Amino acid sequence: MSVAQDISKQMPEDVTPEMLAQLDDICQKYRGKPGGLIPVLQQVQGVVGYLPVAVQDRISQKLGVPGHEVFGVTTFYSFFSMTPKGRHTVRVCMGTACYVRGGKEVLDRLERHLDIPVDSTTPDRRFTLEQVRCLGACGVAPVVVVDQDTHRKVMADTAVDLVERYQ
Amino acid sequence: MDTNQPTMSINGTMVTFTPGQTILEVAWERGIDIPTLCYLKDASPTGACRICLVEVKGARTLVASCAMPAGPGMEVTTDSPEVHRSRRLNIELLLASGNHNCLTCEKNGECKLQDLAYAYGIKEIRFQGQTQQYPKDDSNPLITRDFSRCILCGRCVQACNDLQVNRAIGYGYRGAASKIVTTGDRPYQESDCVFCGQCVEACPVGALTEKKAKGLARSWETKKVRTTCPYCGVGCQMWLHVKAGRIVKVTAVEDAQPNRGMLCVKGRFGYDFVHSPERLTTPLIKGEDGQHHPATWDQALDLVATRLKQIKKKHGANAIAGVSCARSINEDSYNMQKLFRAAIGTNNIDHCARVCHAPTVAGLAASFGSGAMTNSFADFDKARLIFVIGSNITEAHPVAGALVKRAVAKGAQLIVADPRFTGIAESAHIYVPIKVGSDVAFINGLMNVIISEGLQDQAYIDRCTTGYADLVAKVAEYPPSKAARIAGIGVDLLRETARKLASVKPAMLVYTLGITEHTCGVNNVRSTANLQMLLGNVGFECGGVNPLRGQNNVQGACDMGALPGDYPGYQKVENPAARHKFEEAWGVKMPRKNGLMIPQMFEGIEQGEIKALWVFGENLANTEPDIRHVEHCLKSVEFLICNDIFPTETTRFADVIFPAAAWSEDDGTFANSERRVQRVRKAVEPPGQAKPNWWIFREVAGRLGQEWKSKSGQDIWDKEVSELAPLFKGIKYSRLENDGLQWPCPDKNHPGTACMHKEGRFTCGLGNFEALDWTPPAEVPDKKYPLVLSTGRRLYHYHTRTQTGRCGGLNDLLGQETADISLADAAELGVADGDMVRVSSRRGQVMVKARVTRQVPKGLVWMAFHFREGNANWLTNPVYDPISLTAEYKACAVRVEKA
Ligand code: SF4
Ligand code: SF4
Ligand code: SF4
Ligand code: FES
Ligand code: FES
Repeated sequence: MSVAQDISKQMPEDVTPEMLAQLDDICQKYRGKPGGLIPVLQQVQGVVGYLPVAVQDRISQKLGVPGHEVFGVTTFYSFFSMTPKGRHTVRVCMGTACYVRGGKEVLDRLERHLDIPVDSTTPDRRFTLEQVRCLGACGVAPVVVVDQDTHRKVMADTAVDLVERYQ
Repeated sequence: MDTNQPTMSINGTMVTFTPGQTILEVAWERGIDIPTLCYLKDASPTGACRICLVEVKGARTLVASCAMPAGPGMEVTTDSPEVHRSRRLNIELLLASGNHNCLTCEKNGECKLQDLAYAYGIKEIRFQGQTQQYPKDDSNPLITRDFSRCILCGRCVQACNDLQVNRAIGYGYRGAASKIVTTGDRPYQESDCVFCGQCVEACPVGALTEKKAKGLARSWETKKVRTTCPYCGVGCQMWLHVKAGRIVKVTAVEDAQPNRGMLCVKGRFGYDFVHSPERLTTPLIKGEDGQHHPATWDQALDLVATRLKQIKKKHGANAIAGVSCARSINEDSYNMQKLFRAAIGTNNIDHCARVCHAPTVAGLAASFGSGAMTNSFADFDKARLIFVIGSNITEAHPVAGALVKRAVAKGAQLIVADPRFTGIAESAHIYVPIKVGSDVAFINGLMNVIISEGLQDQAYIDRCTTGYADLVAKVAEYPPSKAARIAGIGVDLLRETARKLASVKPAMLVYTLGITEHTCGVNNVRSTANLQMLLGNVGFECGGVNPLRGQNNVQGACDMGALPGDYPGYQKVENPAARHKFEEAWGVKMPRKNGLMIPQMFEGIEQGEIKALWVFGENLANTEPDIRHVEHCLKSVEFLICNDIFPTETTRFADVIFPAAAWSEDDGTFANSERRVQRVRKAVEPPGQAKPNWWIFREVAGRLGQEWKSKSGQDIWDKEVSELAPLFKGIKYSRLENDGLQWPCPDKNHPGTACMHKEGRFTCGLGNFEALDWTPPAEVPDKKYPLVLSTGRRLYHYHTRTQTGRCGGLNDLLGQETADISLADAAELGVADGDMVRVSSRRGQVMVKARVTRQVPKGLVWMAFHFREGNANWLTNPVYDPISLTAEYKACAVRVEKA
């Protein structure tokens, strides 16, 4: 951190002081250890749920690793996320087979129903809505995966009932 | 051939190499060409571009020579059809990776990719170019990043991380989305970037370019002139790119001392002030109406000569005083002091070292026999332990700061003692937050621990120093508990610091104005000398006591004798032999007594004893403590003469203003902090009728009846300075073409002196310990003024901004003064970051924006003096060190209120 930037960027409201205290402890454990960044990011994501830039700034400071490196690693690995994840992840397949058999309508309807664009999370953190490429189940298209459950032949109308089953 | 060295073969020829060298380095050393793109000297290789491929016998694939260490018995072929084909393919892929339309590219003519395409006979782009997903980043005032031209070679990342160690940029995202990013992929201005521009310098293609240079010149149209940076005392070597009488761009001289290819934001982007339309272009004389009116040179020079003669006749020569300039060339200062001594007949000549490093000149001379930095910048990144005290090195001397950070990256230990958690403190292994003005007590405490634990270098002390017994007795009065209490730190931290200091030999001590700008400045300096002698650290490479000089030529202005008690080369006015020597050389009798120092000059004006003041290039009205008082003096002096390149707050009061040639408009020399005399070259013509300062002094001397022979900077140096001062005897312009020479340089075969007091053989014989007591600052916080104000310099500006304020971009990066306060005080005062506050002291008050920062501890307010508005010197205390008369800029009492 240098001259211009001093006060950390605004921490998102959903990141609580308790989470930050845990973050500090995790960093403390790995400070000065080579290769410590990835386990720290994993553990912090476990605590906070995601890795917003303000959290990365804090990790950079506490771990003594340049901020750009924290950002570089976070954006390199797909299992790190910079946006918050919901309790349930809804993945709608947009592969060719699903798309032509109504997958697009399913996605549109879910976007409207949950009132969020794809690849984001509802403010109550109940759902994260994502689109994915072919899941290899084209025979039963369109496919929607919620958490670990695969749902076959989902139509726009049934999709809403389907997700509402997940609290 | 050295039989101990391993050998390998390159293209069938046996060659030796040093273990650890890469194939590329071995080949280049032999003049064998291997093309590269991503390789960056002094950085760790990345092997990203695969242009440097070579064949190594026995290897399954081609090998990147920049990353592969040479091995004994290796057989390398640097060019073969296979190598050629691969390189060509890689070049084609890079060309296809973005938009490489050279016609519209700033880098056209100096692009490495373009050169390679040409060399490898690529006539058209075979692959379909990608459309780029990232728009051009043009959001900051200095650097343009065009992702469509980025070949992801990583040189900018290495330049930022490995060379400058700013750690602002790296790789982000992955695969086809890869991109060079800051933390959080924020715009540069909101990142850790400090705009040193090293990334721009490193970029081999047109992805990173200088915004200010855009569209001004094609690379083949410019003339390159080597010169020395006009800002801080590091003295970086740079190329001025000149087209049609204008500087269009500045780049670093690679492989040159002291900066080794680096520059900071001021050096790289702070050049355009010379072309400002606000330059003074004709002599000005104040009329009856109180306004300045243009005059001819003859009118102005005649007027000055006549008035000086009148005043001298009526009040004596000592009624005239002069302040020389620490930014101008040596030759200017030499001629000014010669004018005062030989033509006017007074030693009343001083310069702004008085307000910064006069305690260094006096203190180190008393301790070691010479008042200059003992070691060299070349030591900084080699040192194994560095103790930085009272130095905001990453902002005030950024390239030196980069070298310290490089040392740390290579494993050196770093201790930083400073009331503020400065940029360099972030890299420290031990950070000691000492209280403002507690230095002597703190260092006495360190020495107490060292001595009581037997960690001192007794052999060195016995052999090389004197005064040890008194020191031991004195520091016994500063047990850790007492010293730590005064310094406001924990006893354990004090002990730990002392032990760490003693654990590595030699250790290097670096200090700046946090040590000197106190009423006890000389004692602070002598304390640092005590400590380093106690540890046996003076006289060795990577050791010593190293004050970083603030202005580009403040060392030189001292060297030239712009001091009331010193002729050029520190020959003393009060030494009759020295005086006779100069009397003979200059053909006149000269006064035997030392002249006045700047604060005494002001006192003299107030008391009516000083009638004429000549201010050369200084903006005293903003830089001296207590602006109100200074302006009163400037107003009341009978005759005020100024040489300057711009109208300033000071020239407002002048009776005559001489328009001067600026840096880059005249040939001469600067001496940097490490005593290196370096060439400053003329690249463009001065505007209008502006003239070199040495010429102005010479003309006035002529009108006072003295004909001076020297008619150029080179004449002055070669025929006068180096002839009259033994320290510079061996330094001649002909020897300064490249990296200059470090004094002492006693004869023309002498290589210059990188490290003084070799092995503890001090210039004055034995090194002098001085037993010292701590004294508190003159003004300490009380009920009415409960906070301590300390002052200094910020990265993006320089002094009163007469130069940097007129450089495109720098003002955008920092456009106004702030008062930096701690989070704790801010909360107590109910002040948020960016709120306006009123800061007041017993001298005055200013309205300024608050900057709430964790850099500053509770109880401290920190400000600079770059801006007239909110200038800290409305508040600072005009109290002085009794020996050097340096003002206490670092401590006075203030009150902060929400405005
Ligand atoms: S300008 Fe300097 S600090 Fe900024 S990114 Fe480039 S190299 Fe790094
Ligand atoms: S910006 Fe330039 S130096 Fe940096 S990776 Fe791209 S091409 Fe290389
Ligand atoms: S570090 Fe100093 S000498 Fe070097 S470029 Fe910056 S201001 Fe100039
Ligand atoms: S396209 Fe949806 S599962 Fe194959
Ligand atoms: S120069 Fe060797 S891989 Fe780029």
